[in-house]
Amino acid sequence: MSRTARSLRVVLAEDSVLLREGLIGLLARFGHEVVAAVGDADGLRAAVAEHDPDIVVTDVRMPPGFQDEGLRAAVALRADRPGLPVLVLSQYVQRTYAADLLDAGDGTGVGYLLKDRVGQVEEFLDALTRVADGGTVVDPEVVRQLLRRHRDPLEALTPREREVLALVAEGHSNGEIARRLVVTEAAVGKHIGNILGKLNLPPAEDTHRRVLAVLTYLRA
Amino acid sequence: MEPRTPWQALTRGRYVRTGWPWRAVGYLGSGVVTGAIALAVLLLFGVLAVVLVGIPLLLLTALALGGVERRRLRLVDLDPAADPHRVPDAPGLAAWLRVRVREQVTWRELAYAVLHATVLWPLDLLVLAVALGLPAALLSAPLRLALDGQETKVVKAYLVTSYPQAFAAALLGAALLVVLLYPLGAFAGARAALSRALLAPREAELRDRIGEVTASRARLVAAFEAERRRIERDLHDGAQQRLVALTMTLGLARLDAPPGPLADQLAKAHEEAGQVLTELRELIHGIHPQVLADYGLAAALTDAADRSAVPVDTTDIDLPRLPAAVESAGYFAVCEALANIGRHSGATRARISARHAASLTIEVEDDGRGGATASISGSAAGSAGTGLTGLADRLAVLDGTLTIISPAGGPTLLRVEIPCPALPDRSASSSQRTASSSAKG
Repeated sequence: MSRTARSLRVVLAEDSVLLREGLIGLLARFGHEVVAAVGDADGLRAAVAEHDPDIVVTDVRMPPGFQDEGLRAAVALRADRPGLPVLVLSQYVQRTYAADLLDAGDGTGVGYLLKDRVGQVEEFLDALTRVADGGTVVDPEVVRQLLRRHRDPLEALTPREREVLALVAEGHSNGEIARRLVVTEAAVGKHIGNILGKLNLPPAEDTHRRVLAVLTYLRA
Repeated sequence: MEPRTPWQALTRGRYVRTGWPWRAVGYLGSGVVTGAIALAVLLLFGVLAVVLVGIPLLLLTALALGGVERRRLRLVDLDPAADPHRVPDAPGLAAWLRVRVREQVTWRELAYAVLHATVLWPLDLLVLAVALGLPAALLSAPLRLALDGQETKVVKAYLVTSYPQAFAAALLGAALLVVLLYPLGAFAGARAALSRALLAPREAELRDRIGEVTASRARLVAAFEAERRRIERDLHDGAQQRLVALTMTLGLARLDAPPGPLADQLAKAHEEAGQVLTELRELIHGIHPQVLADYGLAAALTDAADRSAVPVDTTDIDLPRLPAAVESAGYFAVCEALANIGRHSGATRARISARHAASLTIEVEDDGRGGATASISGSAAGSAGTGLTGLADRLAVLDGTLTIISPAGGPTLLRVEIPCPALPDRSASSSQRTASSSAKG
């Protein structure tokens, strides 16, 4: 899940022209190519079919209904093309949207970020590449809001374990988590093992279990 | 109790010394005037009715006369006769005419107009002539004798030649006047009762009007909701997008700026723009949360629980999609309840349960210190009181009820009930998915 320097071919769906042009410029500056920039969900589906991009970046609310068309299109795209990385930019701190997205497919290669995050240019690009590489990224703000709830099954977790799970949900690797919490990577591994145990997720393919843990977290 | 009609006045001892006889005279006198005018106008338009244009004109006359007569009724009937006509739904003459033509009262007014122009005002005149004219003729006997000098004929029958005779006639006239004022009052009362029967709203019409008031209140709330959404949309698609673009530009500029005071200033500006964005997001969410429109009440309640300062349990929520006004009212009721719990209750936990059978029932329970019922009257914690009262008003428009069970020492249970049907369509299936995913936790 480390950052790659490769150039990504991006399909961008955003109805605000100002923001669309800004994002194209931002991505181009860091070596990514926006192969298509569209303003609605139908355009998004057509552009993905035509360009077969490395990643889709889409807004939630788009024409014609200005409801959750962008999110619906992303979910549908992932149903058609399993594993297509999708990064959803949202204006809402709402786990319902994030959970819908993670439910589509196996939960890898998806991201749900607040639009505010594009202002944190480097963070945003970091999340973009992590999602393109198959990672799962949930906006720290959404994660933070969920942290305020103390309910089963997360109740069984210690505060430190909850902290670790939050960072996992944000899409960080064990190494990155160790660096942030100023502990060894082995300690992080042990915490994650405990978390998976307490959340009743038996050993299987490791990244998948991480995603399941995040999903549990989001639904809690 | 003061008399309110001539009939009531007649049964009291002091009828003649009150103003009632004169009110009756005024009523009948003005009736002669309006009736004579009505007759002239109806004759004119009746002729025109032969070439069709007269028919709407006849109706207009009847409507106008109805209004005048209802006002005139106040002379002898202290209980006002309300205008029984409905307010048209749409502006414009066509809509107005459509409503009027369909109203039963319009045709009652036409019937009254015809009756008034042909029968009633001549009767008024006759009663006035007898009850006032006869005594007046007798009373004026001395005066006329003085003018003539020799003799005068009273009521065209009796020849009066001397002052004693004349004064006797005058005395008789005065007595007659007092006596005749009674049948005059009785007639005016009957006349007023007839007018009221034809021109005042009937019970069914009053009932319709109450329905109309409720409907207009509901329309007002709907308009308020629509305005909320418009403001949310404007902020979301306008200011918020521009701010995101601004923070993005500032973020890029920070990457380019060499270290130094300029970079520091950019960092500060960037941070502030980010804070404004966060504040704006919260503001927009408070106006109308998008999740309510997209996923419905179940998801929105879970979201409200996420934001609550006090931990909230939401495992017991199972709802289909409901009418937008109901979802909105339910959501804001819970938000208000959670805000109160956070502010006043001292609770450590809360629980939201919601289900839908024939009506939506939401319960919000907390383990706080209770006593929230007192504040509903606004006496204690002011903000909580007004909030809960506002809630009750809002629910009342939807025929909903708010129940608060909050003994001192707690716990507090707030129950919202709104009768409504579930919405059957594609949005119902999407909410089922949401409800089941939130129930899993």
